[in-house]
Amino acid sequence: MSGTADLEMKEHHLTTPATAEDLAKLELGDVVYFDGLVFTGRIGLYKKLFDEKAPPPVDIASLTNVTFHCSPAVGKNEAGEWEVAAVTATASFRFEKHLPLLLDGHGVRCVIGKGGMAQQFYEDHFKRLGAVFLNTVGYGIGAQYGRGITGVRDVYWLDELGIAQAMWVFEVKDFGPFLVECDARGNSLYQMALAETNVELGKLYEGLPLPTLKRMGEVHNPEDEVF
Amino acid sequence: MPTMETHAISSELIREVAFELNRRAAIGIPKDVGDSIADMAERETQKLSKFVLLEIVNNYKVAVDEQRPMCADTGLPRFYAKIGNDAAIEGGFVALERSVRQGTADATERVPLRPNRVHPITRHDYNNNVGIHAPTVDYSWEPDVDWIELTSFHKGGLFGGDYRMLFPTDGIDGIKRFFLDVISEFFKRGLSCQPAIVGIGIGGTKDTCVRLAKEAACLRVVGDRNPDPEIGKLEEDLNDLGRRTSLGPMGFKGEGAVMDTHIEVAYTHTGGMPISIHHQCFALRRATARIHPDGRVEYRENPLWFTDYYRRDSVA
Repeated sequence: MSGTADLEMKEHHLTTPATAEDLAKLELGDVVYFDGLVFTGRIGLYKKLFDEKAPPPVDIASLTNVTFHCSPAVGKNEAGEWEVAAVTATASFRFEKHLPLLLDGHGVRCVIGKGGMAQQFYEDHFKRLGAVFLNTVGYGIGAQYGRGITGVRDVYWLDELGIAQAMWVFEVKDFGPFLVECDARGNSLYQMALAETNVELGKLYEGLPLPTLKRMGEVHNPEDEVF
Repeated sequence: MPTMETHAISSELIREVAFELNRRAAIGIPKDVGDSIADMAERETQKLSKFVLLEIVNNYKVAVDEQRPMCADTGLPRFYAKIGNDAAIEGGFVALERSVRQGTADATERVPLRPNRVHPITRHDYNNNVGIHAPTVDYSWEPDVDWIELTSFHKGGLFGGDYRMLFPTDGIDGIKRFFLDVISEFFKRGLSCQPAIVGIGIGGTKDTCVRLAKEAACLRVVGDRNPDPEIGKLEEDLNDLGRRTSLGPMGFKGEGAVMDTHIEVAYTHTGGMPISIHHQCFALRRATARIHPDGRVEYRENPLWFTDYYRRDSVA
């Protein structure tokens, strides 16, 4: 495969929990939709589970193996039931410390998020488990994702963590589209994309001198990333 | 002669308008941005980037059709208030600020908006997007009018902003390099949620250029040029540079992802040229209302924040 232009972008509709066979079929750039259950988690939940070592409020592995780095725009309807209006991913690289614990300890095999993880992280943690990382599309198409959430099965630690950080369990139907960023073999779509875009970006820096005043930690090499 | 009181703008009305502005901002994409993204989707030749752009266009439609927030990340809801020099507010400015805070809490519950605002250390959340210095309210003034204008903006808060102290020797090349550096930092992997409007503040003090960059990104519509021809030309040059980066939506290869570049300047220290850049994502949430003393409310999409008076350079 020479570049992202050669990708086929097939569409897959998976039911949770996703099987190892389902996940092995996913190729970089494929489009995925889910039916079933998806649970949310971000730093509030991870601190509680892994730093404070609180017992999980529910057996995660028996629910689903799909997690989503996000929090919902959610309100209660007239019947007093939760209704999710929209949901948008938050950047996943900040969860490097805790994510392996979720994969190894709670059976998670699909991580939906924003921006992907570093290549080495995929090699170390996703590849050996056959796990995949899926990116939300564009990162701001929350209304489409809200439409795919048909109900709230449960919400845990709402009082302690607040709406944004609580653990939500969503019932989903045609929930997507998500893009395969890391396949079950540890390959990364972003590694391909960066190899292409860095060529053009490097050319534009030619002839532009470094600023007079430097700063610690500043990015000067256009091929570097901020994380 | 009517007394001042009979012409005062009602604080209850301000609360209702603050709610409605939050609601409008959250759901409907302003036409300038919607058209810009649709044009980009039409022109894009790379498969992945085109797929992403078409899904963004589709999302705008789903949000309006089903009255859902277009993005669940409410960002940091904030207000810009332009106050007519002859305007009076029932209860004064304290009442205006209370009404705006109440309207934000109302919208959080009823639109709904995600309660994003937390204490920075304890992470305490009132679940209403209100707290210490939240929502932010910025003010400007307008001579010879008796209305007030409120603009609600839900600004993303984590990525796509930076500051640098440049010097006159760095010149235009220094500005171009900083423009590319911020794109390198935040367009990769789509952290800026581009296509983005790039707002640039040049000059003033550190805080002034950061503020102007944000206002330039948030409060000018796509296609608007700075009235100073030299600055307007620089905006176009940077648009061209942005296109040539090949960094498209989500950081995939594409025809670029700068919707527009807006530059604002402020007179600065004779030895320096401080600069700040903000990227405003495609889920651009913005709505403006003019409130008249007789109770009329006119809603619109263009904030018209940068008036001649606001950009004045004379003593008067």
